[in-house]
Amino acid sequence: MSERTTMDQITGVGGRLRDALLVPTLALITALLIGGLIIAVTDVDILRLWGDDPAEAFKQTLEAVGGAYKALFVGSLGSVNAISETLFAATPLILAGLAVAVGFQAGLFNIGAEGQMVIGGMTALFLGFTFDAPTIILLPITLLGAIVGGAFWAGIAGLLRAKTGAHEVITTIMLNFIALFLAQWLLKTSVFQQTGRSDPISKPVNEGAQLPRLFGDDYRVTVGLLIALAAAGFVQWLMYHTSIGFQYRTVGANPDAAKYAGMNVVWLTVAVMATSGALAGLAGANQILGLPPYEGTTAFSGGIGFDAIALALLGRSKPLGVVWAGLLFGALTAGGRQMQGVERIPIDLVEVIQALIIVFIAAPALVRSIWRIKTTDEGTGQITTGWSA
Amino acid sequence: MQLELRGITKRFPGVLANDAVDLTVGEGELVALLGENGAGKSTLMNVLYGLYSADEGEILIDGEPLTLGSPAESIAAGIGMVHQHFMLIPVFTVAENVILGDEPTNQLGVINRRRAEKAVREVSAQYGFDLDPGALVENLPIGIQQRVEIIKVLQRDARFLVLDEPTAVLTPQEVDDLFAIIEELKKAGKGIVFITHKLKEVLSIADRIVVMRQGRTVAEVLPSDTNEDELATLMVGRPVDLVVQKEPAEPKEVVLHVDELVVLDDRNQQAVKGVEFEVRAGEIVGIAGVQGNGQTELVEAITGLRVPLAGHVRVKGNDLTTASPREIHRSGIAHVPEDRQRSGLVLGFSVSENVVLDAYYDEPYSRGIVMDWDAARDHAVELVEQYDIRTPGVDVELSTLSGGNQQKVIAAREFSRDVDLIVASQPTRGIDVGSIEYIHSRIVEERDAGAAVLIVSSELDEVMALSDRLLVMFDGQIVAELDPKTVTNAEVGLHMLGSGAETDAPPAADDSPDPPPIDDSPDPESQTTPDAEEQR
Amino acid sequence: MTTVDHALESAKVRATPEEKRSRILTGVYFALSVFVLFAFAFDEDADMDATFKLALPRDRFEPIDWVFEPRIMSIVVSIILATLGVVQLLRGFGRWDNVVLGGAMVLFVLAFLGWAAAGQSFSLVGMLTSMVVLSVPVTAGGLTGLMCERVAVINIGIEGQLLGSAFVGTIVGSTAGRWVGLLGAIAIGALLGAALAVLVIKYRVDQIIAGVAINIFALGLTSFMATRVLGPNPEFNEPERFGTIAIPVLEDIPVIGNMFFKNNIFLYGMLLLVVLIHIGLFHTRWGLRSRSVGEHPKAADTLGINVYRTRYRNVILGGMIAGFGGAALTLGSTGRFEENMTAGVGFIGLAAMIFGRWRPFGVLGAALVFGFARGLQQKLGILGTPIPSEFLSMAPYIVTIIVVAGLVGRARPPAADGQPYIKD
Repeated sequence: MSERTTMDQITGVGGRLRDALLVPTLALITALLIGGLIIAVTDVDILRLWGDDPAEAFKQTLEAVGGAYKALFVGSLGSVNAISETLFAATPLILAGLAVAVGFQAGLFNIGAEGQMVIGGMTALFLGFTFDAPTIILLPITLLGAIVGGAFWAGIAGLLRAKTGAHEVITTIMLNFIALFLAQWLLKTSVFQQTGRSDPISKPVNEGAQLPRLFGDDYRVTVGLLIALAAAGFVQWLMYHTSIGFQYRTVGANPDAAKYAGMNVVWLTVAVMATSGALAGLAGANQILGLPPYEGTTAFSGGIGFDAIALALLGRSKPLGVVWAGLLFGALTAGGRQMQGVERIPIDLVEVIQALIIVFIAAPALVRSIWRIKTTDEGTGQITTGWSA
Repeated sequence: MQLELRGITKRFPGVLANDAVDLTVGEGELVALLGENGAGKSTLMNVLYGLYSADEGEILIDGEPLTLGSPAESIAAGIGMVHQHFMLIPVFTVAENVILGDEPTNQLGVINRRRAEKAVREVSAQYGFDLDPGALVENLPIGIQQRVEIIKVLQRDARFLVLDEPTAVLTPQEVDDLFAIIEELKKAGKGIVFITHKLKEVLSIADRIVVMRQGRTVAEVLPSDTNEDELATLMVGRPVDLVVQKEPAEPKEVVLHVDELVVLDDRNQQAVKGVEFEVRAGEIVGIAGVQGNGQTELVEAITGLRVPLAGHVRVKGNDLTTASPREIHRSGIAHVPEDRQRSGLVLGFSVSENVVLDAYYDEPYSRGIVMDWDAARDHAVELVEQYDIRTPGVDVELSTLSGGNQQKVIAAREFSRDVDLIVASQPTRGIDVGSIEYIHSRIVEERDAGAAVLIVSSELDEVMALSDRLLVMFDGQIVAELDPKTVTNAEVGLHMLGSGAETDAPPAADDSPDPPPIDDSPDPESQTTPDAEEQR
Repeated sequence: MTTVDHALESAKVRATPEEKRSRILTGVYFALSVFVLFAFAFDEDADMDATFKLALPRDRFEPIDWVFEPRIMSIVVSIILATLGVVQLLRGFGRWDNVVLGGAMVLFVLAFLGWAAAGQSFSLVGMLTSMVVLSVPVTAGGLTGLMCERVAVINIGIEGQLLGSAFVGTIVGSTAGRWVGLLGAIAIGALLGAALAVLVIKYRVDQIIAGVAINIFALGLTSFMATRVLGPNPEFNEPERFGTIAIPVLEDIPVIGNMFFKNNIFLYGMLLLVVLIHIGLFHTRWGLRSRSVGEHPKAADTLGINVYRTRYRNVILGGMIAGFGGAALTLGSTGRFEENMTAGVGFIGLAAMIFGRWRPFGVLGAALVFGFARGLQQKLGILGTPIPSEFLSMAPYIVTIIVVAGLVGRARPPAADGQPYIKD
């Protein structure tokens, strides 16, 4: 295995460690600062106060922003429960992030993690309430179903890309919407719908399919976390120690060379998307099987698909990086819930912060010029190759 | 009127591209700028054209210094450049390409098409071209596209023209046409800088020759005072063996048999129109021809990268017409691709990863789906040693290697296997003379070890030097089979243009490029001196 | 050359792409023909008359309603489709290929509508009108995408631009009147466009990543502010709207008058923009230079054209168009902002751009098709067809996929699309 990848794995050794960590840290800090600014200027009452009593307005601003960030911290790291919440939120993020990262490494933009989560999740759901068996049998079956469902849904986009050249950015986004509508419909059919209800909520899965909690009933973290970490390990092994991974990386780096090397680019495009979708499907399963009341609703995927893109970027498409990024975003999410609950700051602010982080990671020069520092970080560079590569 | 570059120095990170270079060009004079790839010629011209700014030195016209900070300023100063890789927009018409940046419009900015076309026709007639202003550039043959580039420059009243490797894509006849045009330009008082690495041309057309090496001007000579060997030595810095050493071939059994092959190109036009030939073990067969006559598609068909429409490709009796690149590889066929950076290598991968690029799937580099990178690295280390590849190690990214060394990686990868057939397309394009020598000698070695070799090259010298048997491809067909030892460059050139004398294949009816519209009176320049015509 | 062709035919190892396409089309025509016959003609209710209304109440002229028996119409359509299939198999339609395909689709939809409307009356003119109305945001998105891609910048962030400008439109429109609101929306569109341009041109961020970031940012910020600002202060979400302005005389043309000439400034603006951009791109100096930057930036550079400035300018202009489109959402139709109200319209706009082959009139045509699909979904809900509404909702997205899959390989984007320009 090449030296390069060993070093990247640990995100830098020796002198490169400072560089590798400096930009992401500053990116986070800058994003949080801007977030604070947004909190300050969107409180209409405080804004009105500036006209009358600037000193009081300033004090209230600091309170609002300070309170928000205190809640953010407390909610993510401030207690054992908070850490459990962070890990719990991180689980699907890591899986979805891995899905997008696998795509990126092969030069494919999988924006469809959302839809793949839905289909994977619905498959797991179906298997989960149809069959009844002890956990050791039922859980693997449902997870397998999720893998197959997600792989299938992503595979459609992969096949379209391979056979017709249709760019997966558009097809996966369209498939997202189609998946959502499909789920909406399914949840109203008699097969899925919970008996006695008229809204689109499914039957709950049987006990054997529920993901066991990792640290006892008080904490929400489940075995799903282990699955996510194992998936990260698997992706690492796949990409750098197998011939399949070598093919994925080659197709991503240079499809012409891949063809020359005898690799079947058509099959690989489908395979990469399927692998990606499989991981996303697992994320979807986690959302249903990992959370009481273990039912499917129309909103269980909740925007994770787009966050996953941010994660893959932050993690430089490397599995270990994605895990770290997933933990970070998990912390933001858990903290954000606290922020929304206690301080009444809408959790959408977390989205804004995430978007800013993406921008700063992708354009480290921005961070550099804001903070007047020098790094050797080159940013994520060019991944796109146009519509009909 | 005189253009002078005085003491031009240009630095890039880690490289001194131009080191106090002086160059003068007078009215009606053609100065040839000669040098290897990387000698600094293009950098110098980019400085002249405003694309780079020099760190030191100045540019003067008739003693007046100029500031040339952008192409617009150079154009305004009367300097025009015809680039090696055309700066034409394929989906625009000839007129649109010519007026771009200097459009005739009304107050609202609406373009006056009629005026644009008229202007093109006028300049076209003035210099003896024959251009249709409304034609789409992408439909024009390369030789005609070049004329569009020249008109672009002339239309802006250029007084000095820089031509960067203009003959790279032309047949010998088209080169003659170009030289005739150049004569007209000289007569009109234009000063010309002619950049090239082709020694024969330089001797036939230049009024003065300036040789550059490693960023400096190392010599300035008159053509009458020098010869090819001397120029080559000046270019490279050491005596260079321009002739490939080889014993006569001893061909044995047929290895490759191509039969009535028809291949479509990316636009679904027939690029290969029924080609038939054989290559035997122990011989080198060369295919000469201007790029764009179907050679690329032919090679792709033979190596599995493109499925032919009809016909057969047989290797040692096996029908491999529809075989995939993997199956081709497994059948003992090596392919050195035309565009090494696009098809043959992954620049972002390490040397080891590139070395196993087409062999990774099998022992000893993988067992099942698990890869054995240690085995790959060991093999890479071996090859680096054997093939004298200059690299700090096998784990560095391939992009850090020079072009010549990258090509050696490919050669190492392909030739080190046990192969029956080697297909090499443009094997020495864009690499330094030392590496060229090396790769040529390796190819001959493989031939002597019993491989059948097929070389496709648009460098006539290369293919004449290497081949035991020479085929010429024009318009999708093999139009001639010649003996490289006895045929002259001019004869081959005629075949490359489709108007060969003693062939049985008639030139194709439609797609032949326009016959040169310039008057047919013999041009003193084109009846070149005997030593320029000598075949290798 | 016939003997050579003959030999070629028998020696062929595989079919040419044209032959493949021809076979697929033949199959499609026959399949549609059979489907129409069995699904529509043989339906038991198909003998009940369907009425297509061609006028809205309050129209000056009232053309006769079109009343027919769906069964007969379906049979006729089925026969036509089968005939097309036969012709395609034997001769093909040459250059008219795509036109015929389009026409076949229209026939199919007509038969479908007839079947759905059996025994009821259906306002065809109403549907055509809503088709035009619904196509406005898609046109805006497509034109924005087009302006950017013509200078080789892929703009995935159109969704965010539309959303952001819709939001600003409503807030400013509620406080300072609709014209200021419109200006505000356009300004925000331009601002987001500038952000994309800076990220992509100056910082060389991957274009799709930058677009995705803008989308997440806009979605997050607008949702955040919708809850935080609009929620407690609903007076900020009640903008003064732009009403319908009917163009005299033209408005009375049957059917067409309702479709195009009785609308608000946003439709008129869009139509005007389509014309202006077409003339601009293909007949002016600005257009020639912009397109050259999109096709071959290095060539443009060597001729003295400032590639960076051209890209900045056009991307910002594109952003302004998105701003106009976003304003249409809040100041034109609904009049209030809701979280994530764009629901993918920006991406459909991109599909329209590809469908329309990067040409303004093509974008308009494609947008009409998508608008038709959305309108169909709404009207069919009213008609009460057995198809579940969720599937109807899927229709525009499925159409998008089919279009993109069928066309991308054959339509050529600007050659430098997606690549940053690095001046060395």
